[in-house]
Amino acid sequence: MSAVRCVDVCKTYRQGDEDIHALDHVSIEIANGGFVCLSAPSGGGKTTLLNAIGGLDVPDSGEIYIDEQRIDNLNKGELAALRLQKIGFVFQAFNLIPVLSARENVEFVMQVQGVAADKRRSLAMSILDEVGLGGLEERRPAEMSGGQQQRVAVARAIVSRPALVLADEPTANLDSKTSDELMELFTELNTHHRTTFIIATHDRRVMSYAKRLIKMLDGRIVDDIAQA
Amino acid sequence: MILTLRLAWRNLWRHARRTWLTIGAMVFSNVLLVFMISFQFSVYDLMINNSLRAFSGHMQVQAPGYIDDGSMRQTVAEIVPLASRLRQDFPDADIAARASGFVLASSEQRSYGIAVYGVEPAFEPSASSIPGLVTDGRFVESGDEVIIGTVLARNLRVSVGDELTMLGSGRDGSFAAAVMTIVGIFDSGIPDLDRSIAEIPLATFQEVFYMRGSGHQIVINAPTIDSASDYRQRIRALLPDDLELHDWTALQPGLKQAITADLSSSFFVYGVLVILVAFSVLNTGLMSVLERTREFGILMALGIAPGRLGRLVLLETALMGAIGILLGALLGGILTAYFGVTGFVVPGMEEMAVRFNLPARLYPGISVVTLFAGPFVVFLVSILATLYPAFRLNRLQPVEAMRAA
Repeated sequence: MSAVRCVDVCKTYRQGDEDIHALDHVSIEIANGGFVCLSAPSGGGKTTLLNAIGGLDVPDSGEIYIDEQRIDNLNKGELAALRLQKIGFVFQAFNLIPVLSARENVEFVMQVQGVAADKRRSLAMSILDEVGLGGLEERRPAEMSGGQQQRVAVARAIVSRPALVLADEPTANLDSKTSDELMELFTELNTHHRTTFIIATHDRRVMSYAKRLIKMLDGRIVDDIAQA
Repeated sequence: MILTLRLAWRNLWRHARRTWLTIGAMVFSNVLLVFMISFQFSVYDLMINNSLRAFSGHMQVQAPGYIDDGSMRQTVAEIVPLASRLRQDFPDADIAARASGFVLASSEQRSYGIAVYGVEPAFEPSASSIPGLVTDGRFVESGDEVIIGTVLARNLRVSVGDELTMLGSGRDGSFAAAVMTIVGIFDSGIPDLDRSIAEIPLATFQEVFYMRGSGHQIVINAPTIDSASDYRQRIRALLPDDLELHDWTALQPGLKQAITADLSSSFFVYGVLVILVAFSVLNTGLMSVLERTREFGILMALGIAPGRLGRLVLLETALMGAIGILLGALLGGILTAYFGVTGFVVPGMEEMAVRFNLPARLYPGISVVTLFAGPFVVFLVSILATLYPAFRLNRLQPVEAMRAA
């Protein structure tokens, strides 16, 4: 069964008098447990595709399936529920809630999911430990380095064990050492929990971790390579 | 829920100065509302009690139509036994029978048209404050005794011990005349009363005016104004159908109108005050939503529904409102309690004070209603003002929101 399937997806933006084809008849299928990098130059369509797969953006045409459930025709509330239950997001900017501690940031999504207080606390503590932030649970984002914040964001994305993690330039604001650590964490989660990762990046180091590399240009898929 | 509450609470203090300014507006208006409403309601209570206690009472038993026509012939038969029976059934209430008519009152030098009341000397002192306000002489006891107000005494140039001749018409239309001895002069502080009424024993009145045991009013005062409507229902049930029982709003429509008019103008001022607070809250709500657009976009991307984010914004306002209520009620209560002890002179209220027999220095009292009614309205209006920024979140698109600076 595929984790993600896109069928002939198109998305056009209007910029001034010009139509920008951000997604131009894109069709891909990503299997469960896949570890895929989307690579494209700026404006190539990788973020638009990631947003469409995550239900953050609605395509103009085509069909998108997550776990074989069609999502391009869902309403706002249904999409929010889908993201909450099935998809973890990691963004370029760490995007933590500044007034909550690392633990509370991780717990917040679980609270919305309806996880009991004691359970979500222990889950948050263990996932923060897993991403190497043991002892920093009560720190607020402003008191942490960029790498630590991104780890919190990763912990938040994976704490409820989503089937799919979408990461948009997750290492863009990290130094090379922290980037490697983050990618190793992704690889470990992919290997041990069979979490599907789709990572939009133009960082060659990140691409080197992927099992599959999909290259895009001007909204079209121009190459799809399986990597060892 | 606790985490959401914690998030809302901490969000408030991201911009502590702005939050305190908004709470400050709430507290300021709440203190004003608590004090002004407490003061106003205390004045109304005084107006009602003093005016009603002075003469008309909380309610009156009358013959049908008497309230409108005031005719001598519209009488309550066997009024003294009826009043006596009501006193037995309602021992906590102050009840007294009266009869009234219009006469030309003449002294040796002058004559004035006045209303003369026949009162029960034994019971009138508990039903009306006038007997207790006799400043010269004493209240009537029996026979041809009369008390008059200070203004009338001055106008007629009479004093205690002088004679007063009364000429009028009796119940049957015949000529009624009596020569009475002034035994007391009262000073109610209400010029209308002091100028235009005299009181004589009811038995004498009935004899002079050919009343044949009847009278015109049974004045009833319930133990408190609040219990008056309960007493009214119970007394009504015991009265014969051919008698009417009017409450104070019918007996003194001017008093009710004065209170209603004062309330209306005050509520307009309160409304303006509350609307100003609402705009302050709306401004804060909009600012706080706008500056967190990106953050809300992230939360939506994580799967938090816009409705939940809207509730978060409402919760933030509710927390500010709760602080506003607590501080406003506390400070307003302290201010009111302070003036409740030291008293308060309202400049320019002299005319109203004279008209409704109010003391020069007023002492506002606090009740749960006066303490929380205003702040609660401010709280509700603040929540209403936040609905707009909260609903705006529904229009937010995660991708666009996340692009916001």
